[in-house]
Amino acid sequence: MATDDRPQRDPLRALRATVELLRDIAQRPTGLVALVIIAGMIVAVTVGPLFVADPAAQDIPRRLEGPSLDHLLGTDHLGRDLLARLVHGARIALGVAVPSVLIAMVIGLILGLTAGYLGGRMDSFVIVVTDSIQAFPAVVLGLAILALLGPSMTNVIIVIALAFSPGYARVVRASVFAIKEDEFVQAERSLGSSTPRILRLHILPNVIAPMLILMAIDLPVAVTIEAGLSFVGVGVPPPEPSWGVILNDGFDRIRAAPWPVIWAALTLMITTLGFTLFGEALRDRLDPRVREAVRGDRQGRS
Amino acid sequence: MAQYLLKRLGMTVAVVLLVTLFLAGVVHLIPGDPVELLLGPRATDEMIANAREEMGLDDPIVVQVASFVWNAAQGDLGRDFATQRPVSMLVSNATFHTMSLAFLSLLLSVGLGIPLGVLAATKPDSLLDRTTSVISVSFITMPSYVTGLFLLLLFPIALGVLPATGAGDPSEPLNYLRHLILPASALAITWIGYFARLVRTSMLEVVGSNYIRVARAYGLRETVVNYRYALKNAVIPSIAILGVALGNLLGGSVFVELIFARPGLGNLALNAIDARNFPVLRGSILVIALLFVVANLLADLSYRFIDPRIRVEEQQT
Repeated sequence: MATDDRPQRDPLRALRATVELLRDIAQRPTGLVALVIIAGMIVAVTVGPLFVADPAAQDIPRRLEGPSLDHLLGTDHLGRDLLARLVHGARIALGVAVPSVLIAMVIGLILGLTAGYLGGRMDSFVIVVTDSIQAFPAVVLGLAILALLGPSMTNVIIVIALAFSPGYARVVRASVFAIKEDEFVQAERSLGSSTPRILRLHILPNVIAPMLILMAIDLPVAVTIEAGLSFVGVGVPPPEPSWGVILNDGFDRIRAAPWPVIWAALTLMITTLGFTLFGEALRDRLDPRVREAVRGDRQGRS
Repeated sequence: MAQYLLKRLGMTVAVVLLVTLFLAGVVHLIPGDPVELLLGPRATDEMIANAREEMGLDDPIVVQVASFVWNAAQGDLGRDFATQRPVSMLVSNATFHTMSLAFLSLLLSVGLGIPLGVLAATKPDSLLDRTTSVISVSFITMPSYVTGLFLLLLFPIALGVLPATGAGDPSEPLNYLRHLILPASALAITWIGYFARLVRTSMLEVVGSNYIRVARAYGLRETVVNYRYALKNAVIPSIAILGVALGNLLGGSVFVELIFARPGLGNLALNAIDARNFPVLRGSILVIALLFVVANLLADLSYRFIDPRIRVEEQQT
């Protein structure tokens, strides 16, 4: 095994750097808005369910009520508390978005490193495959695959991960191409370093920043894709309180009772706004040069 | 240029082929027998055997896939399970409605987004610039279905103006357009914000460049400098993104068509999923993917055509 000659990282340093990063982000008004929204999301996901009613408890006589003291945001068509369902829905939203973005990142990293470093035929092959995946708008790819696999939370994660992975593959491939002919890499190679060592020590650290940025940008898009697929009935199946399911239930009765649709739509709007602003602040803070690589790849993908 | 064109076309053909193969194989990946699913539990063995025979499901998979690709290349996408009508007919009707939706929303996005971005860039940090940037960020993050639902609640339901459902009558342009306004706006709003920001950024970059400074030094009027010299280069990134935009609009049309009950490709696909009508699902998704691939190809080529610098750079490397 190759010896690791990097200086040992001080764990406190990483923490301090993170705090500093967050403080920088909070200095822009949009960054502050983003951090407040994300903090709200974290509260909703962690302790939120302790403070709200049971999201599955039905109270049919009191169905489709407007906001009241008992039900702060009103009730849905089965008399379930909407606030409780929205708060529990945050777990589903992040429970789908976070793993799908992580999986996409891993697949993209592997594909991008192979294509970029080996080049040639391997590269062309990876490009045709990623282009084919990107030949479908993410939602349409989701329809095609979920029609086969059937609606479930796991399947939604698979679909989003698949749809997002080409983005990471491209970013990684581009960075590898840019770095691999650099003199320090050439020198390392002529000294007889193995390919895995070069990838790990020289290439990987250089692709981390663009990947983090892409992940931050993708997270809200994953949330909207999950909710969208659930809204059209192929995503997370009812009675799970996914925001998309709440929209779907509400849409059927939108003229009689607009509340469920309004609340769920507002929740989605605020959440995506928060995460997108965070992603942009992170991008500007980490590296303005990375903008080129990421630009246009993802915005508004849903 | 010719070499690039060949390579790009080759890639496109490979992608289309792979997509078609995937969709051809799709039927075989479904858990359960599609025929039993379709005919229901009361179908006799004989009915099932006939249906399988007719759909060619007893042939080897390779033959089935090959015949789907061969037929699709000739415009035959099989028959609708339920009504026995040719899928190509259903799909072409729906394609018209989806395309008109996508093009109108693209027109709205470009037609409103670019002027908004230019205005913001010519007066950086003004009130107008700040308002535009706040509005465009909130526009970009709105999923099309959220916008669509809000528009549906606001106009047809609360105010009672503009139709809530259907595509209207294509032979009456005004009526058709009235039905298009809300769905197209729902899709366009995201991209108005996106184009506005893109144009603002690239305009600011261009305005700082030497040739613009020279134009100013010659004493050309500000409007001439901005609109005749700067804008030309500032819209290039927007053109590059047109294909992606059109693809996203096509994807978003699935939601919007559901919300406004438009008989387009997205709704066709959704109904096919509900009814487990796989030939229709396969046909509609194939067409969406084809539209997307062609849109990207055209955007890519026009981008090269418009910006000679790219061609020069390529020759040098």
